[in-house]
Amino acid sequence: MGNSAQHTLHARALRAEFPILVSPRAGGGAVHYLDSAATSQKPQRVLDAMDAYYRETNANVHRGVYEMAAEATERLEAGRDAVARLVNHPREATVFTKNATEAINLVAWAWGARELREGDEVLVTMMEHHSNTVPWQIVASMTGAQVRFCPVTPGGEIDMDAMRSMIGGRTRMVAVVHVSNTLGTINPVEDIVAMAHEAGALTMVDATQSVPHMPVNAAAIGSDFLAFTGHKMCGPTGIGVLAASPARLGAMEPFLGGGEMISDVTTEGATWNDIPWKFEAGTPPIAEAVGLGEAVRFLEEIGMENIRAHEKEVAVRMLEALDEVPGLTVYGPRDAERRGASMSFSLDGVHPHDIGQFLDSKGVCVRAGHHCTKPLMRHLGVQSTARASAYLYTTDDDIIALRDALIACREWFGAA
Amino acid sequence: MGGLDDLYQQLILDHYRNRRGRGRIEGASASVHEHNPVCGDECYLDILVEDGRIAEIRADGDGCSISQAAASMLTEVAAGKDLDEALMLVEHFRLVMHGEAQPDEDLLGDAVALEGVAKYPVRVKCALLSWLALRECIADYRETVATGG
Repeated sequence: MGNSAQHTLHARALRAEFPILVSPRAGGGAVHYLDSAATSQKPQRVLDAMDAYYRETNANVHRGVYEMAAEATERLEAGRDAVARLVNHPREATVFTKNATEAINLVAWAWGARELREGDEVLVTMMEHHSNTVPWQIVASMTGAQVRFCPVTPGGEIDMDAMRSMIGGRTRMVAVVHVSNTLGTINPVEDIVAMAHEAGALTMVDATQSVPHMPVNAAAIGSDFLAFTGHKMCGPTGIGVLAASPARLGAMEPFLGGGEMISDVTTEGATWNDIPWKFEAGTPPIAEAVGLGEAVRFLEEIGMENIRAHEKEVAVRMLEALDEVPGLTVYGPRDAERRGASMSFSLDGVHPHDIGQFLDSKGVCVRAGHHCTKPLMRHLGVQSTARASAYLYTTDDDIIALRDALIACREWFGAA
Repeated sequence: MGGLDDLYQQLILDHYRNRRGRGRIEGASASVHEHNPVCGDECYLDILVEDGRIAEIRADGDGCSISQAAASMLTEVAAGKDLDEALMLVEHFRLVMHGEAQPDEDLLGDAVALEGVAKYPVRVKCALLSWLALRECIADYRETVATGG
């Protein structure tokens, strides 16, 4: 950004580390990638770390006695150390999953399917991603529990009065998103976790859109479970994280059964490995853990505080730029202190799909659709929105390209 | 913007801005509600069948320019067709959208302008939404007639 005096992040310089942002695609010009809430781009060093793992020490982990296997295990576990350090969480309660969705499903099945009873309630919010709604709906339908939705205010924030009144004696789980992928809202998860715990409920925080973008301290949030994913934080696809309370995790029965998660197996049954491995059945995503570990080091070197400061500036600039487009409505908070740089909007008379297609022709990548938040879309009274979402490599050029393309888009479809 | 011109031909934008055959039919012979789970677009399609022909056809709902223009074009070209002709028309359009047939302008009318959509796999569903709704509609109608309903 232009006025980056307050922090030390230089987005323009950082872009050089991302091959996809500097090498134009075949037949195309510059890419203005504004879809980082869907997935982030990957720096060269993450690709190199994964490549080096496969080239130098590819072997299956944990039971090999030969040196290469031991080294593969070390690199996998170093990835876990890095992730645990990033969010200030004990390593033994930091479980690798396939993605954040699987992390939430792990809890829904290993805890919810066993513990929920008829009349129990799982409280979610109207701005949850489907990944923090549907797993609860599935186990609720099996157990007779009920999933309730806390409303969202017209300003795009959780209605805390409603939250307070909805948490009660029947509430067993409060599952809430830290930063909304659709609205960008930063939710007061510490307060919500405290309210839930006071009522004796467990808590799941979906930190998918916060961990990549700001300092997240799992210990300070204090939730029983916190889930996020590797590919939105400069890491590879195929790996997610569940940061759980060690005591909860220790007491829970496994989610998936198979190799690695056992202590002993007889014809009569099996006993379980220690946490976190009890919840990591089968060969884990080894190269992915290596890549994610490298992504964490990359983010730490830049500094999560600096990333947040940069994105706050991006959010301010993006709001200003979008305000310059006639007929455009932005959803979610106007105050950059209360939001991330993921912004949903609609343009009078132009369908989000058409916006997405038109912007693509200008090299601007945005997402169009319901963003896996259909209850929220209904709540907002729209079928879909377009969404621009930024990251540490987003520059003023990207935002200006977005604004100009939107203005041209409106003219093209004759909505002016 | 050659690519964009291919996709959004003037005829498409014209149908999008000035929808033909929009609305619902009271006392329709058959009605279908389809939606595209990708974008949440919705399409209500009603037909009135008289003497084995589509006497009236209307489409309603909201969606992108491609889905709305396709629905508008469908109502123009399907009106007056007998049911088998209409099914053949839908099948031809489906094949064109999947790049498996060359468009027959005499058959498709204005919908020939949607040819370019075939190059955008994500948008093919948008174009097909109302057309496949007509196929459903005809099947529903025939089932109702067969079961004497």
